[in-house]
Amino acid sequence: MPTLQEMAKKKAAFSSGHRLCAGCPAPIFTKMLTRVSDYDIVVGSATGCLEVGSSIFPYSAWNVPWIHTAFENAAATVSGIAAMAKVQAKKKPTAKKIKCVAIGGDGGTYDIGIQALSAAMERGHDLLYICYDNGAYMNTGIQRSGATPLGAATTTTPVGTVISGKQQQRKDLSRIMVAHHVEYVAQASIHNPIDLSNKIKKGIELDGPAFLNILAPCIPGWRINPDMAVESASLAVETRFWPLYEVEGGSYKVNYKPKQNKPITDWLFTQGRFRHLKNPQWAHMIEEFQSRIDEQWEWLLGQEKGV
Amino acid sequence: MSKFSAITGNGAIAEAMRQISPDVVAAFPITPSTQIIEDFAKFAADGKVDTELITVESEHSAMSACLGASVAGGRVMTATSANGLALMWEMLYVASGMRQPILVAVVNRALSAPINIHCDHNDSMGARDAGWIQIYAENNQEAYDNMLMAPVITEHADVRLPLMVCLDGFIISHSIETMQLEDDSKVKDFVGEHTAYHALLDTDNPSTWGSLDLHDYYIEHKKGQQVAMENVIPVVEEVSERFYQEFGRKYELFESYCLDDAERVVIAINSVAGELKEVIDEVRDAGEKVGLLKIRLFRPFPYAEIAAALKNCKIVTVLDRSTSMGAYGPLFVEICSALYDADPRPMLYSRTFGLGGRELLLNDIRDLFEESKRYLDEGKIEKRSYFLNVRGG
Repeated sequence: MPTLQEMAKKKAAFSSGHRLCAGCPAPIFTKMLTRVSDYDIVVGSATGCLEVGSSIFPYSAWNVPWIHTAFENAAATVSGIAAMAKVQAKKKPTAKKIKCVAIGGDGGTYDIGIQALSAAMERGHDLLYICYDNGAYMNTGIQRSGATPLGAATTTTPVGTVISGKQQQRKDLSRIMVAHHVEYVAQASIHNPIDLSNKIKKGIELDGPAFLNILAPCIPGWRINPDMAVESASLAVETRFWPLYEVEGGSYKVNYKPKQNKPITDWLFTQGRFRHLKNPQWAHMIEEFQSRIDEQWEWLLGQEKGV
Repeated sequence: MSKFSAITGNGAIAEAMRQISPDVVAAFPITPSTQIIEDFAKFAADGKVDTELITVESEHSAMSACLGASVAGGRVMTATSANGLALMWEMLYVASGMRQPILVAVVNRALSAPINIHCDHNDSMGARDAGWIQIYAENNQEAYDNMLMAPVITEHADVRLPLMVCLDGFIISHSIETMQLEDDSKVKDFVGEHTAYHALLDTDNPSTWGSLDLHDYYIEHKKGQQVAMENVIPVVEEVSERFYQEFGRKYELFESYCLDDAERVVIAINSVAGELKEVIDEVRDAGEKVGLLKIRLFRPFPYAEIAAALKNCKIVTVLDRSTSMGAYGPLFVEICSALYDADPRPMLYSRTFGLGGRELLLNDIRDLFEESKRYLDEGKIEKRSYFLNVRGG
């Protein structure tokens, strides 16, 4: 594995000059795509912030071949590319081996794109699907998704007098992907570049389907300052909201175990979207949030031990 | 070797696909087009094609995967019907907007609700604004021949647009007809090699596809699509002529049957043309000047050519096998547009028939010609538009 310094000397898949928000962490992982591995890659994106912010005609932030076709179908579109890459490899065995990467936000992955994702994983194409989970439909202006955490205020789960933020827990997409028995499933975070780049490299280089779920804070959506994305992602991991783990060949490995169990409020109350939960009226939601985290963490450690 | 075979319409489409051996086929089963994919899967399983077959989980993903594979640099195809085509809807526009020469065999079937598996044209007619070339076929032979011509038309440098080859569900897809299947190597030569433009897999020359395109460029790109669509007509003529030279079956933008001196003309699409021809022969034998204009190319619509072909006719009956609820049928509207400038302009009226597979029998067609005769004699159209063969109709 190249060091971060070595990686930084390689040309990034994604250039500066894009139109993502100041402080948006999406470029942290898109730049890595070409830096972690020597394979040539082709990228397909679902509709979303990254797509809109990287491709406004006639400009492109992509230094690699890139396509966007629609919202719900990044996995299907890229499975077509992967099939064609296979055809090309058969026709020209001497041609460079090309790896395919699909990228979607949580809206395009957990929700509208889950059918195409599930089927592409089941069919076993040689592709890495990266979900950058920022916990809502941010591109359309912060609406709740299946990834939005309990209690979060979004424009479709607003803070009211009788209902306060999202009333449901998020779904656990990574576990759904594990249930597909694909080669590799992992959760990573934009604040930990070594862990993140290791996981992107594994996902790209193995032959077969891989899924990587990356926590990517959203500056306007989480109502944090533009310099807070890395710190906020780090707190999500420290509070065990977002465990860093990987599943290879069915075996779980938890890549980072916080030394102390910080309360979830350490993460929640640094973000404007959860500010209303400070009101004692909603204390039960905090309890519910914490209890899910504790339960999931124990479950994960149990998986790692193989119990 | 070229051979006469007894084969279903679906089987003929699958044969054409085998002979063309596209790089990628992504497909999902739906009645009545399923057999195409089943036959093709068997060809793939037996190593008779070099194709990567992606057995997707929906038609939306079928078109998405076709699009990915096409932009990646491949020749790609699929087949579908009715609700399957409807589920592709979003991606139909993306495929044409990206100027990808994707082929879809559309086995025409009624759209739900009520659910019905039999033939009408509401599926492909609903897609008529999606930026796809549409070519229709009366019978198995035409469906097969259109499939062979399709890659050559779509991949033409002046065109680069996706194309639907449409054939009637069950009536054609499941009927066995004897027809000519051409020699594999002759087909391969006719179809030629596929050329990709700015292929995604050309990683040395990275291209960006599917950009956000706002008010500063969008309309220029749409204009480009319109120009490409206008380029289709001469290309279809050229490819049809080359097909005739190679295989001996002549096709034009539309088929003229007893049309030159016809005073009373019926205009129709697909398999009903066979019955119309039979009745026209009878009525001609009785000394009446009746004829048929059978649509082949519906998108782009050959307005000027159709107007010229109808210059001698006095009354036109347009048969639509689809509806635009609250409006005239899609074909009737186009014929009205084509004839607006005609001087003298023939009398024109619309009849809708055959929705959900309701049959139109020879006697019904005889009645149609009786009606057009009466309208012409009286010099007025009693009913501009109604459904044929319908209870309470």
